[in-house]
Amino acid sequence: MTFPIVEKETLNEGTVLLRVKAPRIAAHAQAGQFVVLRIREKGERIPLTLADWDEETITLVFQPVGKTTQDLAKMLPGGSIRDVLGPLGNPAEISKVGTVVLVGGGLGIAPLFPQARAFKEAGNRVVCVIGVRTKGLLFWEDRFKGYAELVVCTEDGSHGMKGLVTDGLKRVMRERKVDRVVAIGPPVMMKFVSLATREAMIPTVVSINSIMVDGIGMCGGCRVPLTTKEIRFSCADGPEFDGHIVDWDALLVRNRMYEDEEKACRCT
Amino acid sequence: MHVTRTQDPKERISNFSEVDLGYADTDAIAEAKRCLQCTNPTCVPGCPVGIDIPGFIRRIAAGDPDGALAVLKETNYLPGTCGRVCPQEDQCEKACILQAKKDPINIGKLEKYAADMGKHSFVKKPPIGRKVAVVGSGPAGLTCASFLAMHGVAVTVLEALHEPGGVLRYGIPEFRMPNAIVEREVEQLTRLGVVFEMNVLVGRTVTLDELRAEYDAVFIGSGAGLPYFLNVPGEEKTGVLTANEFLTRINLMHGYRFPEYDTPIKRAEHAVVIGGGNVAMDAARAARRLGSQVTVAYRRTEAEMPARIEEIRHAKEEGIGFELLAAPIEIIGDTKVSGISCQRMALGDPDASGRRRPVPVEGETFTLPCDQVVIAIGQGCNPVLLKGCDAELGKGGTVAVDRTFMTSIPGVYAGGDAVSGSSTVIMAMHDGREAAKAILARLKNHHSRIANYK
Ligand SMILES: Cc1cc2nc3c(=O)[nH]c(=O)nc-3n(C[C@H](O)[C@H](O)[C@H](O)COP(=O)(O)OP(=O)(O)OC[C@H]3O[C@@H](n4cnc5c(N)ncnc54)[C@H](O)[C@@H]3O)c2cc1C
Ligand SMILES: Cc1cc2nc3c(=O)[nH]c(=O)nc-3n(C[C@H](O)[C@H](O)[C@H](O)COP(=O)(O)OP(=O)(O)OC[C@H]3O[C@@H](n4cnc5c(N)ncnc54)[C@H](O)[C@@H]3O)c2cc1C
Ligand code: SF4
Ligand code: FES
Repeated sequence: MTFPIVEKETLNEGTVLLRVKAPRIAAHAQAGQFVVLRIREKGERIPLTLADWDEETITLVFQPVGKTTQDLAKMLPGGSIRDVLGPLGNPAEISKVGTVVLVGGGLGIAPLFPQARAFKEAGNRVVCVIGVRTKGLLFWEDRFKGYAELVVCTEDGSHGMKGLVTDGLKRVMRERKVDRVVAIGPPVMMKFVSLATREAMIPTVVSINSIMVDGIGMCGGCRVPLTTKEIRFSCADGPEFDGHIVDWDALLVRNRMYEDEEKACRCT
Repeated sequence: MHVTRTQDPKERISNFSEVDLGYADTDAIAEAKRCLQCTNPTCVPGCPVGIDIPGFIRRIAAGDPDGALAVLKETNYLPGTCGRVCPQEDQCEKACILQAKKDPINIGKLEKYAADMGKHSFVKKPPIGRKVAVVGSGPAGLTCASFLAMHGVAVTVLEALHEPGGVLRYGIPEFRMPNAIVEREVEQLTRLGVVFEMNVLVGRTVTLDELRAEYDAVFIGSGAGLPYFLNVPGEEKTGVLTANEFLTRINLMHGYRFPEYDTPIKRAEHAVVIGGGNVAMDAARAARRLGSQVTVAYRRTEAEMPARIEEIRHAKEEGIGFELLAAPIEIIGDTKVSGISCQRMALGDPDASGRRRPVPVEGETFTLPCDQVVIAIGQGCNPVLLKGCDAELGKGGTVAVDRTFMTSIPGVYAGGDAVSGSSTVIMAMHDGREAAKAILARLKNHHSRIANYK
């Protein structure tokens, strides 16, 4: 059984959306979960977050950054992915807490969508702080309507407010009482979001993109360095963690572990 | 004892092909003819599944590997696997009467010979109109599935990974357990009508409750794949990984053929492997084949090492160093590992397992320089399925079962490493078969009840 691609959309120059037929995964998907996929026999297993789903299909949004994601970006409807395993990871903890601010940088916008929907449906006020370099990179603005109030931050000021997501987040924090923050995006961004909320003691959830192999808790490659020194696996215990106890500097180092090999792979 | 041929150590450290080349026909027959064909064979009770050992050896002696394989398959559905990985020195060969002369029959290698040379297909009973889901395709799941399928049950095996075989596939390397053998053993199940569904993580892709609603019974053979860590400072550094990750990258993902395959694996200058079991030997020998200098650090002595004797011997032949009575205390380096500090140990009094407990030698520590540390100190149960279901758990997060291998949930059975914690292939197969017998009995009971109502 393979997983046919039913739709492809280029969201912007560096971001691709694929809708893939995977009824079993779709039937069990919840916000915050991801899949591990392998395109072909000789391919690598890589994790991608579930950006949306309906009865039959799941939606993946990704940036072609290396071998596998570049190959994936070349695939077309009619083609199919050899292996897709999921939904993996623990669902996001969704409850009624009051005002929830979801922070996403770049690609993080897509994985925030199911969370915005779920938090809204649970009766929260939801604000999404979305950061991109420039206006042209923004997508899905309309999809969030009805679920969340959007605060767009662009680095060049071409849309919304000028600045980084942390600036946007700080502004929201000044203007109202924030009960929870959820950040999804590059580790550096999540690190600074966690620093910003730490003093204000706002519970902050981050989604950790460790390097993964199996995605089912069997290799330990995805272990997340925590300041508490406990050993936790992103795939089985996460992917969401308390942003205030993640050892960000150690995490940044771990994610560069296979840098040399990744380069070798891209050249071939 | 007639020994089998092996690949020359100098050659084999640069390839991943099987080390043991097996018996030539004449040697197999000569070895088989040494068997005394005891009327009360002491070897058989030494075998956890009670293989008719003199029976299959007699067929080999008569030049009939097909017949030998048929005898093996009466009790053991995966002889190609067992012949390669069972700890025969602690089981049948230890119990062989010729052990008295320190020259037992080479039962393991004869089993492998029969499995590789013989041809055999199972006879299938007519369908009984019942279906069973088997979770996990390791030796426990495969054995359970075989038995049930042979008895006319429609079996579906659900496996989380993209290839079947469990540890045989993702853990034990090609040079000891070729994938082609696993494929052949799996293929014989497909021929029995067993359906394999890969990429299904039970507990996530489907729930146990959904399986219970759809199938007449469920068998859980989810194994013990959760790797343990040392809990020493420095474990988060790059270059420190578990044997499970290392071996999965190599075996399941073919990282040793990177960049032909996309999954990378670090080729270290000097790797230190922590542990003394089969997993440690496999990791050490795999690292050697990637071109690394390798040292195995173990906290007791060689006599206490749980690994198969053959693996330790092969590791030594391949130039792997052993640092015995050494317990890791810290992994050093700035962000990348540059060495591992160890505490010198000595053997003290025996512990609960009967092995002498290692105790630190006051003030004696030393550092092994290295750029890779592979941790192979054991593993616990796969948590994903077990955490989310209602089955009662035993000690260490294993699944609790009764004498018939049934869990606290009626109709849900379990066996193998998921129940024992961490054991052997043959014990997993034993559990799989015993559970299958109980499942069949249950199905037939229910069946006749339903028939009576009609
Ligand atoms: C739980 C989880 C969810 C994710 N969701 C998404 C998503 O929705 N969209 C998306 O575009 N990306 C997502 N990622 C990151 C994505 O998995 C990586 O971009 C991808 O694995 C890169 O593979 P590659 O072969 O294309 O690139 P490579 O050449 O292998 O690597 C390129 C870069 O990606 C990083 N990387 C490599 N492997 C991984 C990995 N397994 N996990 C994280 N980073 C990695 C490397 O450090 C490197 O900087 C997610 C990662 C995780 C762990
Ligand atoms: C490197 C290594 C070397 C070894 N060497 C030897 C040896 O030489 N001799 C020996 O006798 N023993 C050896 N062992 C131990 C032996 O392999 C195990 O005892 C045996 O494989 C256990 O079998 P099992 O069927 O219970 O589980 P496993 O072989 O672990 O198989 C379990 C399977 O279930 C799958 N799974 C887990 N959770 C789920 C889920 N929720 N849904 C679907 N699928 C799931 C897993 O992906 C896996 O494929 C070794 C182990 C390792 C790791
Ligand atoms: S105990 Fe040894 S000699 Fe006797 S039947 Fe078994 S293998 Fe042959
Ligand atoms: S990816 Fe292997 S344990 Fe998480």
